[in-house]
Amino acid sequence: MALILNLAVQGTQMALVLLLAPLLTGFIRKVKARLLRRQGPPLLQVYRELWRLLRKDAVMAEGASWLFRVAPYMIFAATWVAAALVPTFATGLLFSWSADLIAIVALIGSARFFLALAGLDVGTSFGGIGSSREVMIASLAEPAMIMIVFSLALIAGSTQLSTVAGYMLSADVGLKVSLALGLVALVMVAIAENSRIPIDNPATHLELTMVHEAMVLEYSGRHLAMIELAGSLKLLLYVSLIGCIFTPWGLAPAGAGPAAYALGALAYLGKLAIGGFLLALFETSIAKMRVFRVPEFLGAALMLGLLGLLILFVTRSL
Amino acid sequence: MPVEIALGCVAVLLAAAVAGVFVARSPLATPMIYGVSLLACLAGLQAALVQSLDPASMPAVVLPLGLPWQGAHFRLDSLSAFFLGVVDLGGAAASFYGLGYGRHETAPERVLPFFPAFLAGMNLVVMADDAYSFLLSWEFMSLSSWALVMAHHKERDNARAGLIYLIMASFGTLSLLLAFGLLAGPDGAYTFTAMRAGSHGQEIAAIVLALVLLGAGSKAGLVPLHVWLPLAHPAAPSHVSALMSGVMTKVAVYGFIRIVFDLLGPPGWWSGMTVLTLGALTAVLGVLYALMEHDLKRLLAYHTVENIGIIFIGLGLALAFRANGMGWAAALALTAALFHVFNHSLFKSLLFFGAGAVLSQTGERDMEHLGGLIHRMPMTALAFLVGCVAISALPPLNGFVSEWLTFQAILLGPDLPQWGLKVAIPAAGGLLALSAALAAACFVKAFGITFLGRPRGTRAAQAEETDPFSLAAQFALALLCLIAGILPGFVIDSLAPVAQALVQGRMPAQTVLPWLSIVPIAAGRSSYNGLLVFLFIAASAGIAAFAIHRLASRALRRAPAWDCGFPDPSPVTQYTAGSFAQPIRRVFGTFVFRARDHVSMPPPGDSRAASFSVDLRDLAWDWIYQPIGVAVGLAADRLNRLQFLTIRRYLSLVFFVLVGLLLVLAVWL
Repeated sequence: MALILNLAVQGTQMALVLLLAPLLTGFIRKVKARLLRRQGPPLLQVYRELWRLLRKDAVMAEGASWLFRVAPYMIFAATWVAAALVPTFATGLLFSWSADLIAIVALIGSARFFLALAGLDVGTSFGGIGSSREVMIASLAEPAMIMIVFSLALIAGSTQLSTVAGYMLSADVGLKVSLALGLVALVMVAIAENSRIPIDNPATHLELTMVHEAMVLEYSGRHLAMIELAGSLKLLLYVSLIGCIFTPWGLAPAGAGPAAYALGALAYLGKLAIGGFLLALFETSIAKMRVFRVPEFLGAALMLGLLGLLILFVTRSL
Repeated sequence: MPVEIALGCVAVLLAAAVAGVFVARSPLATPMIYGVSLLACLAGLQAALVQSLDPASMPAVVLPLGLPWQGAHFRLDSLSAFFLGVVDLGGAAASFYGLGYGRHETAPERVLPFFPAFLAGMNLVVMADDAYSFLLSWEFMSLSSWALVMAHHKERDNARAGLIYLIMASFGTLSLLLAFGLLAGPDGAYTFTAMRAGSHGQEIAAIVLALVLLGAGSKAGLVPLHVWLPLAHPAAPSHVSALMSGVMTKVAVYGFIRIVFDLLGPPGWWSGMTVLTLGALTAVLGVLYALMEHDLKRLLAYHTVENIGIIFIGLGLALAFRANGMGWAAALALTAALFHVFNHSLFKSLLFFGAGAVLSQTGERDMEHLGGLIHRMPMTALAFLVGCVAISALPPLNGFVSEWLTFQAILLGPDLPQWGLKVAIPAAGGLLALSAALAAACFVKAFGITFLGRPRGTRAAQAEETDPFSLAAQFALALLCLIAGILPGFVIDSLAPVAQALVQGRMPAQTVLPWLSIVPIAAGRSSYNGLLVFLFIAASAGIAAFAIHRLASRALRRAPAWDCGFPDPSPVTQYTAGSFAQPIRRVFGTFVFRARDHVSMPPPGDSRAASFSVDLRDLAWDWIYQPIGVAVGLAADRLNRLQFLTIRRYLSLVFFVLVGLLLVLAVWL
């Protein structure tokens, strides 16, 4: 019986992230539009777009191979699994131990690997430019992320997200320099990983500046829908990640009753709203940077992460 | 009994080598030699498995060979058995691949005799139990692989590669000889048993470590001793490249572990620090070199350097933990390193097989002339893709598990008391993370430029799928990559006796855990379940695809590429290997390789073609080998005068040298 209940909670989490992801994207678009004094699309517009894309015929370029058709599903699956492993409304879910934070980072890496390959598949110059810039950005963002993971793991004594969140809720965290550095670095990495301003512009179709959009230029119909959904899931993943580590309040512990779960879900919605609002605010107040300024931005994130880690290593014996 | 079987396999391989000399030109020779090698390797693999199931027994054999009255000692303990398994698994795969690939060989008489000899040499090194047999087998392995590198000696650059390999290999063996000399001590105890019993001072231990790093490190490809590796490994036929990169570098790792962990006695913490630093530098530089490379086989060879770095990071951590009495942490680090040894032997062989298939079908190694092969060689492309995902350390395949274990070992670093390690370990962790991310970039490039896009040359456009033997060998290795990735607990548990013997500690048993998870330290700390991750991904992708095809749309139309409205039919407008790596070259290369772009753009009205070239310097050559070469040349010029002396001067020279040496002796003693 307990197993079935746990399975149900785990299933709820998987469905929840899938259903909420487009809403978060729509919410950010709406807030950005309102900040610019525009009316903006309705909140549910992203769902409508996805449904429209899903029903359309997929148009595939003549030189595309089987990889081009398989990649969207691989990208979606890897991102979905990663997003479902991050605690949203409750910790200690049934399968939360099957992958720790390092594995979640690596799963996102798998999704990116297939996306970059898909960009090269048709053999157009835009696909190539997108893939080549994406791997350059990832080659700096990923180590920065691993450094942050190391800092968190050393502070909480675990790489399991549920344990980390539980530790952050407890009283013995205190204020730590490494945590602050980690938060700043994590936000920078999250911006880069989700192709947001100032790294990339999710709304752009100005060819020479785009990274993510250039890779998916040849996609259409259901394939594009999968990639768009994976993009929304990834954004949701990073917001939930920051939420569950740095604002773990309201997370229901393992085996808590339905009331705690409901409270956790409410708190989670609140965190998503705040996170989305802050992101929209940040994006409207900053300009996009040139591509070759990106390494400096991410290099700073990497150095912050490494600094936080070094402080932890060195102060352990004091 | 296993050691006798393994030695019997070596005898069969040596007999096949001799037979190869005589029958190489006959059409039946290729299937015969590779078939015999395959059977011998399978028997050796079986012996290794039998031995690793019974780690307590250490069967030894003394053969009446080698030095008079001393005999040649051979022994199989858990470490030897593991490496024997790696060697024979790689050997069996390469032999099977050779059954098909060998038919394309233009000069079989230059390959067939040396291939089994090379396998025999590697088998003997991991079984040797005295310094004489070890060095003899080591040199035999080096020379037979050198002969294979020189198989196509008329091709451009191959003779130079062979020469550099020969110099580096002799230098490495010389370093190992001196290391064994120091270990043996004044009594000349040259069996490993006697060396293990002897005790060594800190100075001797430091010198031996330096010599082993030079000797085994040059064979494995530690930066800056790696220079021969990207020249020699690709020059050999592809199944031999697979053996050299996937297996021979592991034999070098075996040599390092055998001497430093087993024979040298308890390490100082500085030895861990040295190995860790070297490993981290090797990992990052290796992958950066690989990213700059456009030759598919050379890219793979450079990437071997990176993986050797990852292995040495694990070994360095194990030494550091062991020096501080943290046996269980050392066991974790050592297991991570050995797991990576196993993984790398699988996926690097697989990737070289794929590169060999591409080479035999298109005649091209240069990625700038390839492209679009996924349409012409779909099966090879699939197997190569599995190898790329595995080597990029992406879940759920095996490369991720060993890197994950290394990361877990790094996270135990703050408990070490030494300040040097407290700074070096997080830095190594950062470099390891950087090299993992760059490896993924490197293999997006390797797969994307070679197999995806449109063909960049006529030969790539007319390629055909390779033969069934080559495909079967590739898919067998790809399957093993998947199995080791989703069931890592079995590999970790089979490595437990090795860790127990070398660092006196062990990881918790993994295969008894529910759901086949792996838990390296404690359940609350970290766990990973490759099987579940794999099933989740497969289920999510399957359900999504099924639901969409059922409920939404399944129609598919083909149309010309969109490319923002301006598709160009010429394949030269695609991204090339060079342009793909350009952003990374600009970020890292200007510093590491002194990369300079030269653009010459003629003014308007001038009909000359514009040109673009990139100038990359290899700092290892510029700073180390170039000065050594210049110094040797200068010294040779000066010493040349000694050849033209009169007899009087020769006699006085001899006299003064004698007096000088006697003086040195008198002062020394």
